[in-house]
Amino acid sequence: MYDRSAKLSAKGVVIEYWLQRSRTLFTAVQGVDLTVRPGELLAIVGPSGCGKTTFLNAVDGLIPIAGGNLTLDGREITRPGPDRAMVFQQPGLLPWRTVLGNVIFGVEAQGTMSKKESIARAKHQIELVGLAGFEDAYPLELSGGMQQRVNLARALLTDPEMLLLDEPFAALDAQTREMMQLELLKIWSQTRKTALFITHDIKEAIYLSDRVIVFTRRPGRVKDEVEIKLSRPRDLRVKRDPQFLTYEDRIWESIQEELAVPAERLIAGVPAA
Amino acid sequence: MSIKEADRVLPVTAGESNATREKRSVVQPSRIKQYEPLVLGTVSVVLALTAWQLVANARIYSILFLPGPWDVAQAFVKLFQTDDIWLDIGTSGMEMGIGYGMAIGVGLVLGMLMGWYTRFQYALDPFVNFFYSTPRIVLIPLFILWWGIEMPPKIAVIFLGALFPIIINTMAGVRNTEAALLRVARSFGASDALIFRRVVLPGSVPFILTGFRLGIGHALTGVVVAELIAAKHGVGQIIAIAGQTFQTPKMLAGVILIACTGMLLTTILQRIENRFQTWRPQIR
Repeated sequence: MYDRSAKLSAKGVVIEYWLQRSRTLFTAVQGVDLTVRPGELLAIVGPSGCGKTTFLNAVDGLIPIAGGNLTLDGREITRPGPDRAMVFQQPGLLPWRTVLGNVIFGVEAQGTMSKKESIARAKHQIELVGLAGFEDAYPLELSGGMQQRVNLARALLTDPEMLLLDEPFAALDAQTREMMQLELLKIWSQTRKTALFITHDIKEAIYLSDRVIVFTRRPGRVKDEVEIKLSRPRDLRVKRDPQFLTYEDRIWESIQEELAVPAERLIAGVPAA
Repeated sequence: MSIKEADRVLPVTAGESNATREKRSVVQPSRIKQYEPLVLGTVSVVLALTAWQLVANARIYSILFLPGPWDVAQAFVKLFQTDDIWLDIGTSGMEMGIGYGMAIGVGLVLGMLMGWYTRFQYALDPFVNFFYSTPRIVLIPLFILWWGIEMPPKIAVIFLGALFPIIINTMAGVRNTEAALLRVARSFGASDALIFRRVVLPGSVPFILTGFRLGIGHALTGVVVAELIAAKHGVGQIIAIAGQTFQTPKMLAGVILIACTGMLLTTILQRIENRFQTWRPQIR
């Protein structure tokens, strides 16, 4: 299973946390094994509450793992670092800073770049995500899609080894979401950065990624793995390709099985009258 | 165009971002509407003053019981013709400046510490709650006992009056930092110092300024009440003496002086608050 050429390697990762009020230990992720290859865009899908976002937070170093092994380029992940950058589900922009000010916030927090250099590069990055002309706008003046572009630009400016995306388009309307998927692929294809994409949207996962991993329901484990062999560049029409639909069916079935589990258990748990 | 259509948030296009910060309306904005707050405010004040003057003119009650606005205005002018007035204003102003300044300094530091360090808050909460629920003015006799009737007891009352709203609001500002912003900052590996300076502090500014504004009201009350009880000079002292010697117009002139100071200081702070909120879209 362990692959030396892997960018990210997770072996038997366990993540637990305490629920404060009920004082119970909660296992969110139990024994996740997966690798992300260099330059690959890997998507993780799973039923809601399966621990996929928790797993991503652990990869980012925001939460510690209780067991197993999590390495990036062979180095153990213990805390956030400049080799990873996250694109969040909620944009998390500083409302008192302009677009430009927000895009440089990532490198500013890392302290890895001079202010002058960061501003120069940020302007280029803003252009790349299609926000040219909006450098001086404030986040509250932007639409949801535009805020997510800022969110993306902020992560890209840190030039990480690996990009982590936590359902970045989940809060957008359907059309904006599709446009953003297209844009993301365009930007990604220019850099081919290793990326881990979390989503609950099966189509989105297939459309974007090289490989889709399906998580079981909580506590999350890897249930299934589907190699997506659709040629790149992909435009949105690929979503109607028969091959695409085959992938979608297979992943959908896989998730359905997970959703079906609790119902069966529920029935089995009812004592016979 | 239907109302529904006009209400829809229009997509922003490049170069238009400044325009979108403006208030929008469905009908063409009229010029008069812009002056509505000013005009209506002035009209209502003028009406109230006229009514007051008419009632006073009827002289159902003597000038001692109900002086008219005109009597108060005359008393006000006379007040400023005396030499002592500047000493009084200077004394009150100095007490206010020192007491309020100290409250800002101490309140900001304690408020931030209590907001940032939960344990610090747990330790200090009983004291803050105790003093905040106590009218600090009742402590004046004790302060006079300690420090005499010069400035120190007044400064102490002003300080204690303004301190707690500032502490409580500063703390609330720090506490209210959006969890999502903290997560982003942590994710990019920001140090605690950077998180505090770049995320927590700017986000707390509106709260802090509100604390300052509330503090002014408490501080002014402190000046006047402390001087009512015992003082050599001060605007509160003018009010006290005028009241005790049945010079009602002069007393009200003193009250107006205090009220105007309060309004002026509050307006200045409101302006500063607005300056810090340029990033907020106009909602009104």
